[in-house]
Amino acid sequence: MSHTGRPQLSLTVNGEARSLASPPTASLLDVLRDELRLTGVKKGCGLGACGACTVLADGRRIKACLALAQSYDGCAITTIEGLESDGTLHPLQEAFIRHDALQCGYCTPGQILSAVALLEEGVDSRDAIREGLAGNLCRCGAQPNIVAAVAEAAGL
Amino acid sequence: MSGPVFDYVRPGDLNEALASGAQAGSAYLAGGTDLLPLWKVRAAAPARVVDISRLPLADVEAGETLRLGALARLSDVAASPDVRSRWPLVAEAIAASASGQVRNMATVGGALLQRTRCGYFRNDAFPCNKRAPGSGCGARDGENRGHAIFGASDACVATHPSDLAVALAALDAEVELVRHGGSRRVSAAGLHRLPGDTPHIDTALAPGELISAVEIPDGRGACAAYLKVRDRASFEFAVVSVAAVLRLQEGRIAHLRLVAGGVAPRPWRLAAAEASLMGQPPGPAAFEAAAALAVEGARPLAHNGFKVELLRCAVRRALETVGGAA
Repeated sequence: MSHTGRPQLSLTVNGEARSLASPPTASLLDVLRDELRLTGVKKGCGLGACGACTVLADGRRIKACLALAQSYDGCAITTIEGLESDGTLHPLQEAFIRHDALQCGYCTPGQILSAVALLEEGVDSRDAIREGLAGNLCRCGAQPNIVAAVAEAAGL
Repeated sequence: MSGPVFDYVRPGDLNEALASGAQAGSAYLAGGTDLLPLWKVRAAAPARVVDISRLPLADVEAGETLRLGALARLSDVAASPDVRSRWPLVAEAIAASASGQVRNMATVGGALLQRTRCGYFRNDAFPCNKRAPGSGCGARDGENRGHAIFGASDACVATHPSDLAVALAALDAEVELVRHGGSRRVSAAGLHRLPGDTPHIDTALAPGELISAVEIPDGRGACAAYLKVRDRASFEFAVVSVAAVLRLQEGRIAHLRLVAGGVAPRPWRLAAAEASLMGQPPGPAAFEAAAALAVEGARPLAHNGFKVELLRCAVRRALETVGGAA
């Protein structure tokens, strides 16, 4: 399989099958935001440092800015838009609201998706939450409340 | 994204991949966590990206030895119960690397082949012999706090950033390389080359060659530790790191590997320090003397002289960790 133009790309995004033509150089972040209009996925540094673009690919957290979209052909992607079910927020979304775990909110979708995956990976302490969320920066300084929200959701 | 246009191919098997990879201008894509940032900042400009991420080279096989497929994700390697119990140094070095998201994407082969974090290499407003051969080295007389104290040349003073590479060198691992029509093995310690006059060539790999696996000998009976010193507690490259592997026999040191990271263009074996301790009983005076030998021959630049003392202390502490617990 070799492509130069706009090859076909198939993804399951938030449970829905999506198919589109996408240039070989597009990142998963570009596709989600610009083609599929899922603007809850944020672009921060674009170089893998800030974590604002965190999404789940087949259930694992990744940085969408470092992901070549074509390389994820056939994968199931979850963005912040896909976390609620039937109008009910995910427990981590509820916990972020309860703990006021944000100020500007730009990093929040990435923080929450990273935390969803972190709880799946397993955490047993607040230190493990801090270490586990090291790939998500918050420049407002809401980190203590973020850790509190995740700790509550983890039952710590 | 933001770099120059490339073609994308996703070969169906290894032979097809090697044929594509052998063509001029090809770059292999595995996790993408290094290649894509390099492409965005124009430090890499492949004409063709050969996506090998789905080739069946991702197994983690623990038998007498540990065999890591080159495409095994770092998070999967570090989570393997066999790796954690029998080769904990590998899990420790991975846990100290990058972030949770990056460890889910990055592969064993890619971790070894990642390129330097030197700011001059990753910013095309500055000269860099590694990015643009012959353009000069911005770091040698520029900002060089993070740069090499061993193994550098006039052309390049960059360090290699991989934690895993340091651990694998200390474990006497071998790296399996494949190319169109053949395969060969090199030692993990010999995978990366010194810059000399050709700093744009990082490793022993020939054009089109790729890493297929890493094999680590049985390490039973040895005590190992990875000490990473960095500017913040997590998600940061090493200023200095030390991997230490030590085995005692009848109260004396029968096997020792000391390899430093963050101080050289490749994992830096501290051979004189190792030799001074062989056959000796472990103890503070012997460790102190070995740590002093570890930094002999260091050639610091204007801003990284502190690394000499930092490395000396890190070696001593790593020795205390493996020598005290053995």
